[in-house]
Amino acid sequence: MTKKRTGVFVCHCGTNIAATVDVAKVAKEMAGENTVAFTQEYVYMCSEPGQESVVQAIKDNKLDSVVVTCCSPNLHEKTFRDNAERAGINNFTCEIANIREQCSWVHNDKAKGTEKAIKISRSVVRRVNRNQALDAVAVNVTRRAMVIGGGIAGIQAALDIANAGIEVVLVEKQATIGGRMLQLSETFPTLDCSQCVLSPKMVEVKRHPKIKLMTYSDVQEVTGSVGNFRVKVHKRSTFVDPDKCKICDHCTVVCPVVVPNEYELNLTARRAIYIPYAQAIPASFTLDEDACLGLNPVVCGKCKDVCEAGAIDYDMRSQTVVEDVGAIVVATGFDLYDQANMQELGGGKIEDVLDGLQFERLCSASGATQGHVLRPSDHKEPKEVVFIQCVGSRDPAKHCAYCSKICCMYTAKHARLYKKHVPDGRAYVFYIDIRSGGKGYEEFVQRTMEDDDTLYLRGRVSKLYRHNGKVRVLGTDTLTGQNVEIDADMVVLALAMVPSKGTTEIAKVLKIGRDKDGFMAEAHPKLRPVESVTGGIYLAGAAQAPKDIPETVAQAGAAAAKVIALLSQATLNRSPLIAKVRRSHCTGCGMCVEACPFIAIRLEGGKAVVNEALCEGCGSCSATCLRAAIDVKNVTQLQIYEMIEACLAV
Amino acid sequence: MSEQQVYEPRIVAFLCKWCSSAGSDLAGVSRIQYPANATPITVPCTGAISPMYIMSAFNKGADGVLVSGCHIGDCHYIEGNYLARRKMKLIMELLEFIGVEPNRFRMSWVSAAEGAKFAKVVTDFVNDLKPLGPQDKLKKAEHT
Repeated sequence: MTKKRTGVFVCHCGTNIAATVDVAKVAKEMAGENTVAFTQEYVYMCSEPGQESVVQAIKDNKLDSVVVTCCSPNLHEKTFRDNAERAGINNFTCEIANIREQCSWVHNDKAKGTEKAIKISRSVVRRVNRNQALDAVAVNVTRRAMVIGGGIAGIQAALDIANAGIEVVLVEKQATIGGRMLQLSETFPTLDCSQCVLSPKMVEVKRHPKIKLMTYSDVQEVTGSVGNFRVKVHKRSTFVDPDKCKICDHCTVVCPVVVPNEYELNLTARRAIYIPYAQAIPASFTLDEDACLGLNPVVCGKCKDVCEAGAIDYDMRSQTVVEDVGAIVVATGFDLYDQANMQELGGGKIEDVLDGLQFERLCSASGATQGHVLRPSDHKEPKEVVFIQCVGSRDPAKHCAYCSKICCMYTAKHARLYKKHVPDGRAYVFYIDIRSGGKGYEEFVQRTMEDDDTLYLRGRVSKLYRHNGKVRVLGTDTLTGQNVEIDADMVVLALAMVPSKGTTEIAKVLKIGRDKDGFMAEAHPKLRPVESVTGGIYLAGAAQAPKDIPETVAQAGAAAAKVIALLSQATLNRSPLIAKVRRSHCTGCGMCVEACPFIAIRLEGGKAVVNEALCEGCGSCSATCLRAAIDVKNVTQLQIYEMIEACLAV
Repeated sequence: MSEQQVYEPRIVAFLCKWCSSAGSDLAGVSRIQYPANATPITVPCTGAISPMYIMSAFNKGADGVLVSGCHIGDCHYIEGNYLARRKMKLIMELLEFIGVEPNRFRMSWVSAAEGAKFAKVVTDFVNDLKPLGPQDKLKKAEHT
């Protein structure tokens, strides 16, 4: 190995580094390393003149490697590697020593901070001594995308991507697309009918030549990486051919099986053969295999007998479909916090205590009561309704610590819808604070209070129980300090938004991170809000955090733009930092084959062979090999040993 | 080390790139102060940390070695931290067997969202190492 000529560039970062690290001393110590041919300090190395000086220094001093001691590599590794390339040397010969986040910002003692900064810098200088020049591997991009989840987020993302001319596979678990928004009656703050806004988009999805719609389907397995994912989708059988079904409804009339209707949040019942909504897309019935008497003409077969279109096929089988896509958008939405957790509010066992979505179905013209607000227990019009906000939200001791963001607004909307349906009724709202940030939102809440004469009570409800055919609500009005007792005909709980079951499942399949509350984690809270940490996987809607429809649509559009930008490239550069076998040292023991999580290593002729297309460069193989015969490029065992030594040098 | 100086344990901290290194970055961004005793080495994954690295650090005079990675189940490479956990358990047993305090080695799970936890892990480790004094059982002569 010829001796390297390394340049070390020490950044002051204004005073961010220089205040607690003696940068001159760091530069001087690095100059003492025998491979360092040049050192320089500068106040802002990432500024235009700073970057130029790096390029110039590489050229003038014939440097072949570069170490920049500055901030985290997440910020400027790419910046300086690009500069290395501009100066004519390989970009993988440039490494960052993080002396800001991991040093100057966390240690006030300048002597100790300087000592640590020197150790960090020296370890990276030693590492770079053995860095190889590597070329990024260009891989072809599959110019197709997948959107997982067919709610408003997924629909919007799919349409935006498809309108750019890129084929989209939209996968939805349920029998229809539309998601939670399809269950809503009206939407705040304009009180447009939710279905009137959403249905045309659903039809557009169905008709779009670039969208392949897969409903009643689950994503089972995802392999590959950015640009080239392979997704296995399990398409459950609906036993009804959607192309033949005329949605004439004859089958439901004869079906003898009655089960709770989950689309109506169990407020009504449905048959074993059913259509979730009249406006469902695809417009077709679905036969619920679990509820059906047995898909066997000998046992029942009534639906098949009456189907004039011949759409019902008991022999239809589930299938597994493999889709190759370059990018994935996760839009798996939210569920409501389980009422069973709210023991003080009855744990879901008190009649006429509903959740917000159930109330939406009561208000909806397509819902259980055809848009008449009737309480479930006796189908009478409720004259006094209590709405309770923050149920399960903002309660770090017992429930969810976060604010679910939309409940203040939808409760105000519920109160207004209720007054529209029952003009002589009385609405009460228990709240902690009103959070109505958004265009037209505050005005909306004010109108609920003033025009609709809704009584807002600041305080929490301590108990709910049945009393004389009503629900007794015990609470406190903290503004007057009075205890409040209301005998309500109906109570509506604004339950917290939690990640949907599908969100939890898909995070495991995709191996993408979730935050402390279980929502999908974004790559950066401010600068990369629609990207997951994994390249090529993007986030949209309430799977990432509680959000309302306008925000969801905006985020879905942003995710689509990211997908379009990614898939507009003919090829992508894949990191060349992958495993490499030293054949002379390999004994063919096969331990690396066992250790590899990506099945990227196999034995061939008694030696380990790495499949470069599958290797992700995790290094599990290297840590397992007893003879140091396999290493990740530029993170070799030899390099780590030398870094350890540098960290401990006195 | 002169006699007047207080003993400061020297720690090598192996951090995985995806979680704990990002977590230590967050500690920085949040300006959470912690002792400067641990020098970080960022690796792709805790699964890439050979037990030999840990022994090598002790050989070269480390008073403590920290390995920190993604929480179990959250590994970017699917199962690297499971592999690490198994190996690190053996390291603890090996250290005990050869007469080195197993407390000189520590493993923690720090996610990219846990800056404060990272600072606490290092602070606690330094405090726990101080009563043990310098590690010289495995230290090679040329490194004294």
